[in-house]
Amino acid sequence: MDNSQQLFQYILSGLSNGAIYALIGFGFAIIHNATGIINFAQGEFVMLGGMFTIFFLSFFHLPLVPAIILSILFSTMVGIAFERLAIRPLKNAKPLSMVIITIGASILIRGISMVVWGKDTHALPAFSGNEPLHIAGATILPQHLWIFAITVLIIIANKIFFNFTIAGKAMLACAYNSQAASLVGINVKTMILLSFAISSAIGSMAGIIIAPLTMTAYDVGVMLGLKGFCAVIIGGMSSGLGTIMGGLLLGLLESLGAGYISASYKDAIAFIILLLILFVRPQGLFATKETERV
Amino acid sequence: MTKEKREIIMFLIFTLAVLAVPFFLQGSYFMNVLVFIGINTMLAVGLNLLMGYAGQISLGHAAFFGLGAYISGVLTTTYELNPWSALAVAAGANGGLAFVIGFPILKLRGHFLAMATLGFGIIMFIVFNETVAVTGGPSGLSGIPNLHISSLVFDNDMHNYYLIWSVTLVTMLLSINLSQSRIGRALRAIADSEVAARVMGVNARVLKVQIFTVSAVISAVAGSLYAHTMTFISPASFGFNFSVELVTMVIIGGLGSIYGSFLGAAILTMMPEFLRVLQDFDIIVYGLLLIIMTMYMPGGLISGFNQITGFIGGKIKGRGGSHA
Repeated sequence: MDNSQQLFQYILSGLSNGAIYALIGFGFAIIHNATGIINFAQGEFVMLGGMFTIFFLSFFHLPLVPAIILSILFSTMVGIAFERLAIRPLKNAKPLSMVIITIGASILIRGISMVVWGKDTHALPAFSGNEPLHIAGATILPQHLWIFAITVLIIIANKIFFNFTIAGKAMLACAYNSQAASLVGINVKTMILLSFAISSAIGSMAGIIIAPLTMTAYDVGVMLGLKGFCAVIIGGMSSGLGTIMGGLLLGLLESLGAGYISASYKDAIAFIILLLILFVRPQGLFATKETERV
Repeated sequence: MTKEKREIIMFLIFTLAVLAVPFFLQGSYFMNVLVFIGINTMLAVGLNLLMGYAGQISLGHAAFFGLGAYISGVLTTTYELNPWSALAVAAGANGGLAFVIGFPILKLRGHFLAMATLGFGIIMFIVFNETVAVTGGPSGLSGIPNLHISSLVFDNDMHNYYLIWSVTLVTMLLSINLSQSRIGRALRAIADSEVAARVMGVNARVLKVQIFTVSAVISAVAGSLYAHTMTFISPASFGFNFSVELVTMVIIGGLGSIYGSFLGAAILTMMPEFLRVLQDFDIIVYGLLLIIMTMYMPGGLISGFNQITGFIGGKIKGRGGSHA
């Protein structure tokens, strides 16, 4: 009983971390599909989500819900500013330059956060208390349920946006062929801006819902961002089912690996998986192979 | 004057300057900073071979630096090997590792290559931290012996300066030489368009792995020298931040320019000293520097410098023309 209880806890925390990785992965996929850029600053928006929420809670003594909404708004504004100031001025830049610009932005955002909010680790209060629920002999924290519920909501909203709205379809068109999209009257620049706005909003949301469980600090973005990238690589750069599976798989392997093999190598597990996938199936586990245009 | 002659004269002037500096700048503080500039120049030059010549990014070069330092450190302390042999083993092991992982890693391009090298760097960083029995873990490894040639021990600032800089100068000379060679041209062709280079008969796959290996060996030598001059190493020096710092050196100095790498290494090594007044703000300056340099001076400081001299040179020439 004790063993199965433990296994259940590992699976539960693995899945909830995995859901977060999947959401962060979505952010990568949305920007990559619209622009071809891998945004190395993606993790910083996750950090901003948590930190802004704590800031509004403790500094302005706002209730939780307005604090979360304001936090998402502010993080999204940072994302928009980033696109306008650093991405848009560079047309047809080499991937090398884009990697460096987004790394620069990530260092900058992290640095400003450190100066403004300090180096301390902060805890966001759980959305509905820390009293564990007992379901069928297993204990589960309410925050886990929040994470799963919000993740599912975001996935559904994402699906609706890309399949049933004009803006979403226009973004998909840009992803397939931005030149053709602009010929039929789609404003490609706006769509790129929108992709940065959406992915920073999703990223900050992910940061907010995980913060009560894992704490947050100015430097949590790096690891979370990289693991989100790992999830989206497993999923083949899609913002769909593949990335969700990728995130959950990564979260599970990490949690089980930390529990049964070695806790100190927990972070290494994600990167070993990342390298293996990149070496063996760079198009992802759940995608069909595409030929690359030269 | 031919290009080759100009390169030779330039290198001679640079060498003389390096040899002469200790006569003007004294004090162990300055010498220490200069030793660090030497080590960082070596690393930046090594990375520049990969980034500037072959156009392949690596966000994991601190791992090769660290591996070199740790192999040398562990072999000379735990196994009491001669420091010079340890240096050779470190270089060989790093070269072997880079060659083996080079094939799958360099198959990737652009962002994916960046992520894969980053992943490699982080895995190595975790290994440095967690293999406490071997590396001493986060608290580091101390008591690493100095290098020596019979009775000449490299244990003071002046000796270290000449030791580090002679290796750095050799590295720079070899790299400049490489850029003028057939291999250098083939690498630049890969950087411009890998497909076009392959069509022209360049074996891009093998060449990329070879330059990656050379780059890793240079990093290992730098790491080993670092371990033997500092006599203490800890994982904190070999993390992701240092990998980014190395990339920054190469970028702000100028991709593909060996003297640019020196300039980048010198600036980034001295920057924390100047920014000490700003305390934590240095990381902000750092991020801004990366963004602004990439956006407005993609060729780095060296090309900015050349543009200015070229502009002035053009003006003077133009004036001369109107007289005649």
